[in-house]
This record gives sequence, structure tokens and C-alpha cells, in this order.
Amino acid sequence: MKQSFYGGVHPNDRKGATREKAVAPLSAAPKQVVIAMSMHVGAPCKPVVAKGDYVTVGQKIGEIAGLGAPIHASVSGTVTAVEPRPHTGGGKVMSVVIENDFQDTFGCALTPHPDYSKLSADEIVEIVREAGITGMGGAGFPTHVKISSGIGKVDTLILNGAECEPYITADHRLMLEQGERVLGGVRILMQAFGLKSAVIGVEANKEDAIAHLQSLVGAQGDIQVESLRTRYPQGAEKQLIQRITGREVPPGGLPAHVGCAVFNVGTAAAVYDAVVEGKPLTHRIVTVTGGAIKQPCNLLVPLGTSFQYLVDQAGGFGETPDRVLTGGPMMGIAQFTLDVGIIKGTNAVLCLTKAEAAPVAAEEVCLRCGRCVNVCPMHLTPVYMHLYAEKGLWKEAEALNVMDCIECGSCNYICPARMHLVQSFRVTKMELRGMAAKEKAAKEAAKA
Amino acid sequence: MNEEKSLRLTVASSPHVASPINTVSLMRDVLIALVPALIAAVYFFGFRALIATAVSVAACEVFEWGYRKLMHQSNANGDLSAAVTGVLLAFVCPVTLPYWTLVIGDFFAIVVVKQLFGGLGKNFMNPALGGRAFLMLCYPVAMTTWALAGTANWAPLGMSVGQAYIDASTGATPLGADFMHNAEHLLPDATLLDAFVGNVGGCIGEVSAVLLILGGVYLIWRGVIRARIPVAFIATVAALTFLFPQGGNDRLTWMLYQLCSGGLMLGAFFMATDYVTSPVTKNGEIIFGVGCGLLTVFIRYFGGYPEGVSYAILIMNCCVWLLDKVGKPARYGVTKEMRAQQKAAQKAGKEG
Repeated sequence: MKQSFYGGVHPNDRKGATREKAVAPLSAAPKQVVIAMSMHVGAPCKPVVAKGDYVTVGQKIGEIAGLGAPIHASVSGTVTAVEPRPHTGGGKVMSVVIENDFQDTFGCALTPHPDYSKLSADEIVEIVREAGITGMGGAGFPTHVKISSGIGKVDTLILNGAECEPYITADHRLMLEQGERVLGGVRILMQAFGLKSAVIGVEANKEDAIAHLQSLVGAQGDIQVESLRTRYPQGAEKQLIQRITGREVPPGGLPAHVGCAVFNVGTAAAVYDAVVEGKPLTHRIVTVTGGAIKQPCNLLVPLGTSFQYLVDQAGGFGETPDRVLTGGPMMGIAQFTLDVGIIKGTNAVLCLTKAEAAPVAAEEVCLRCGRCVNVCPMHLTPVYMHLYAEKGLWKEAEALNVMDCIECGSCNYICPARMHLVQSFRVTKMELRGMAAKEKAAKEAAKA
Repeated sequence: MNEEKSLRLTVASSPHVASPINTVSLMRDVLIALVPALIAAVYFFGFRALIATAVSVAACEVFEWGYRKLMHQSNANGDLSAAVTGVLLAFVCPVTLPYWTLVIGDFFAIVVVKQLFGGLGKNFMNPALGGRAFLMLCYPVAMTTWALAGTANWAPLGMSVGQAYIDASTGATPLGADFMHNAEHLLPDATLLDAFVGNVGGCIGEVSAVLLILGGVYLIWRGVIRARIPVAFIATVAALTFLFPQGGNDRLTWMLYQLCSGGLMLGAFFMATDYVTSPVTKNGEIIFGVGCGLLTVFIRYFGGYPEGVSYAILIMNCCVWLLDKVGKPARYGVTKEMRAQQKAAQKAGKEG
């Protein structure tokens, strides 16, 4: 099958455990949800409720403070605390703790627009912002910003259904079970951008989802469903754009620079819910899986539900977990506690056993085998970047374009010597960002 | 909740899964790929070939262990890289070479070429070829005395080889200086098929082109090596020898003889592809392969040595860092126009 990005790897996808499992609601709603005020790229939201307040499902509890999207309550009940709590992204983040009253009282300021064809682009952006929609694929960029900044520049709308991370099947089940919502959302996005067509990219290991979406589009033919080669990182934004359009996003640039806008299929479904049904983003599909889980499953989960609760819903641990991740094994973040809540970008709770997880070992000796160079989808030379990075030669590493690294983990995955490549590039990038900020500050000080 | 408190979760940087390939499995695959050539060596040269290989491997392991012990470094025998060096060095020596000479070569390869530069991954030239080059300088006669192939000529197993044996059953390889620099450029006695199968004089492991290709294809199929270097190397030699046949020989015959004789196949598949001493970038690899091919043909045509592969590879080994700089992949997302613009801006900056 056609492959248009360079390199990539093909880890065992291990999606079999949950591929056939329909998305199920929780058998019982959680007693308590902890809703973090930082669920997106940008500034954390400001909580607008206080301890003791009664909130309804869909009520806004966090307001935008800078770049971001508002956050809504996912259950109805009483706010018992507004305090910093552990966050899946690491550290503690201001969170709103809601005690569930199990009434599911719905109350939201959004109005449903069953006929969205009359809505203007601005109105759609407004609804998407008020619904608090962010990218559901993991990074969590505020969707309304992506739409409003892209209008007029974007000529190709791409929907990301690649789901190239092993284990995860949340998007797969969404496309299969709620294809109408996905397509509806795509059409709303097309209308916002003033486009007549869109492309949905799905990896070839989800044949049934591709066929289902194609049959739903049917004769209308406005949305093209494209089967992509199963190759990690096919679902990375830049690689997906390259595959669909042949364009490469310039260094440091955004998809809009090459006339593209990429949304996750989950985001499209959320847009549909917001515009047509007037529902803000309060729930999402999460795959709870991994070798340590007794009954792997796909669940529809209110935001803020703790990992512990989801693990219990999935039958608990059959084996001792070695690592619990939010997201897939290639880019997911390891958690030290199960007391963290689901956020808008959490597509999986992955509990790996010791046998499944990569061994935590000291680096062996680099053989210079060149596998890292051969798999890097960003045309980098990780072997040399790492040589500089481990000696603290940040500027030399920068000259090798370390800032272009998307941290997909392909080089790290393939390395026979188990070098800690991604980790060292993260440190390098952080150092370089710090240096750039310092230089900027010094320049401004010199000006003043 | 009690259950959760007892969990001991590992926190590490992503990715959290790793490919099953590791250093040992790669080295093991290389050793497996060398087995067919070893079998051919035993078939053509007798059990002395097997013993010489075993001696060489043992010596390499001992030197590797001893040096690292002496320098208070961790034991590295488990990675099998010394074993690969041992086999390869034995393979590029004639079967009649006394065992003690071979051990001297092993010492040079492991201690001087590899460990003094920092061990695995740090040496700048291929240890086995470095050892061979050293032996060629020190024992030129012993290194160029080729046993003839065939059961009748099987070498004695003893420590040193009797003079009577050497007189009776040695001859020149198809690439011997006599043939390459003879005014008439005669083709050797061996037929093309003999040269292809390995029924010719030569070093232990280099004679059987067909089995070396088999091993090389195995390595490529297993993903241990990439095809770029061997293909570029062999194609360059093929093109040059086809275009410039010597001594009025038929082009095709001459080319095929050149491809099947000497250490070309062994060098192209097993030596030039040595990870540590070859480039990592795509373009770098191709330039490296072409360079090896060019130098091989130059040395064969114009040099004093009968065989050019080992020196060609050693010379190219020295250029690897340069080649990787030249071969650096084009930056992602930078189009031709952007590059032209940048150049123009630089030029303007200089002039302004």
C-alpha cells in the first residue's frame, strides 16, 4: 500500500482485545468526579464554581483564561472541593471535585440546532467554543481556535481516524457505532470552513470502519474515506497531511500553513453533539485495556472519572500492572497513581504488565546501526542528536533540527541498544526553549 | 483502595514498548549468516579452516575479556561482537596461516582497533579488516600463500604448515598479481562456475560467492543490514569492470570473474555493512558503497596488492562521519523554493 511519509515502525497493534467490544456506558456512575481545569493546550481555566455549589450536567464550571476552552460538569451534584489534584499530564492542577447525586439533571446554556445549514461560520465557532471542544486525539488544541484561525486559509479538511497507537480502539468503535455523528460533525466543519469536501483517513487495520463510513457517505460523495497503510505514526498530524495531500508542514509551522486543518474523528462527533443536540463536551470514549486488565473494554465515560474507577469497571487487575498509561504505549504518559481523572484528550487507560512494557534498563552501547535514522518520519538523525544531547551540546543538537522532533518514539522503539532517545530530545528541546526565552528577555532588556 | 496503595507503578519516558530486536540478536544473525560460507570453507580447505575460525573466535573473546578486565570495565563478551570479529578475521586469512599469526591479528583487531578507541560502537575502522591489514604488513608472504581448493589439497591440521605442503598445493588466486598485471591479462584456470561456487584458491571464507550471497540475502531479509551498501558496492564494481575489461577479455566474462573472485562478496555483505564503521544516512550509505566499489577496482587495476576490497573498505571507513554530514536527510517541510529563498537571503546579507 502507498506510503508517503518516510520511515515509521510497525509495532504489534494488540487491538484484538477490544476491537469487537461495543462502547458500553458505565455500569454505575462514579460517586465523585475530579475535573481538572487544564484539559487543553494553553492556559488552565478559571473555576467559576465554589465549594458547596450545586451543579448540573453541562453547566460551565471553568471559564477560558487565555488560550483554551471552557470546561463543563460531567455529572450533577454538589461541589465538595476546588483544589489542586494530581493530573494525567503530571503534577497537580486546580480541579473541581463534584459529589454525584445520580440525578443527571441536565442544564446547559447551549441551544440545539437540528438544522445547521443556516449557521454562519462565526456561529459555529461560537457554539464549538461554548461547548468546550478540544482535540480529542491527545494533544488537546482548542477546536474553536483551530477553526477560526483556519477559515479562509484551509483548502483541505482532514479527519484523523488513523488511530495508529497500539491497543487503542476508541476511535475505531466510534466510527463503527456512531458513524452518522462523525459524518455530521465533518459536514458542520466543512460548512465552517466553506469547503465542499473532506477526507477521513483511517488505517487499513480498521477495514470494517472504512466500509461502514463509505456506505454511510454513499452517493452523496462529499466525504472521501481513505484507507491508509498501517504504519506508526500514520496518525501524527504532519504525516497524515503528507499522506493525504503530499504537502509537508514547514518547520515550526501549523497545518494551516499548507492549507490543511486536521481534526480527530472524536472531535467531529463532539462538534455534532454541540451544534445539533446542544450538548457540551462532558463525556468521551475511553479504551481500558492492557495485559493487566481482566476484561478490556471501551467505555463511555464522564470527564473526571478516576482511573481507579475505570479499572474496577473493567474487572480490575488480572495481573500486576507494571505501568499505567494515559494514551497509547508509544506516546502515552506513565502515571504514578490511579487517582487521576479522565480529561478530554484521554483516549485510553492502558495497564501494561511487566512482560509487555519495555524494560527499564540502562542504555547499552550505540552500535550506530542507523535504524533510528531509517525510521524517523521527520527526516532527523537521532543517533547524532543524541550524541550531542548527552554531552549538553544543545546548540549543536539544534543545528541537527532537534526542534522538529515530534516525539513519536519510533527511534526509541526500534533501537537495539535501548538508548533513551526521546527522553534526551525532550530535555534538549526544553533546554533550547529556555535558552530562547532567556535570549529574548535579554534582547528586550537591552532595548529598554 | 488498599489494593491501589500496594501498586508499585513504573514511571518512565515514552515509548513504553520496544521492538524485540537487540544487539545480541543482531550479532547472532550475522553469525548465522556466516555459517554457509564456513561450511564451504571446510568443504574446500579441510578441517583446518574450522579450527582456524574457532581459534580466532576464542582469541578474540579472550582479548576482549582480558582488556576490559584490566581496564576495570564491564564484561562485554555477551554481546557476541567479538565473536563476529573473530570469524571475519579468520575468513580473510589464508587457511595455511599458522594459528599463532592469526592470534596476533586477533590481538590487533580487538585490542588496538576496537578497545583502545572505546570498544563496541566507538572504533572508526572495521576490527577484522584492521587486523588483516596489520597481518598483511607483518607477514606478507604467509598472507598471500593460497591453498588450492579440493579434498586432495586439504591443509594439515598441525600448528604450522609444512614447506612440502606449501610447495605442492598452493597457487595464485584468480586475482593474483600475476593475472591482474600480466601483459596479456590472462584469465585464471578456474572456470566461472568454480569461482562462483568457491572451488578456487583464496582466503578461508571468501571463496564461495554463492554462499556469501545467500548469507547476505538472509541478513537483508531479517532486516539486520540494509541493501544500500552492498548493492551500491557490487554494482559499482560490476559497472566499472564491465566498461573497462582488461587484456582484451570478453566484457561479461571479465566482469563476472571480478565479481566472484577475491573478497568482494564477503566485503560487500559482511564488512562494509559493519554498523559501527558505515554511515547511517541513506545518501551516506550509497556514497559509501560507491566509494568502496571505486577504490576496489582502482586497487585491483592499478595497485600493487592483488586484492583491493579490504583497503577500499578501510579507507571508506575513515570517511564515515564526513559522509553522514553530506548525506544528512533534507529537512522535513523545507521546499526547494524555501531553500532558494534562504540562500538568496544569505547572499544578500553577505553583500549588504
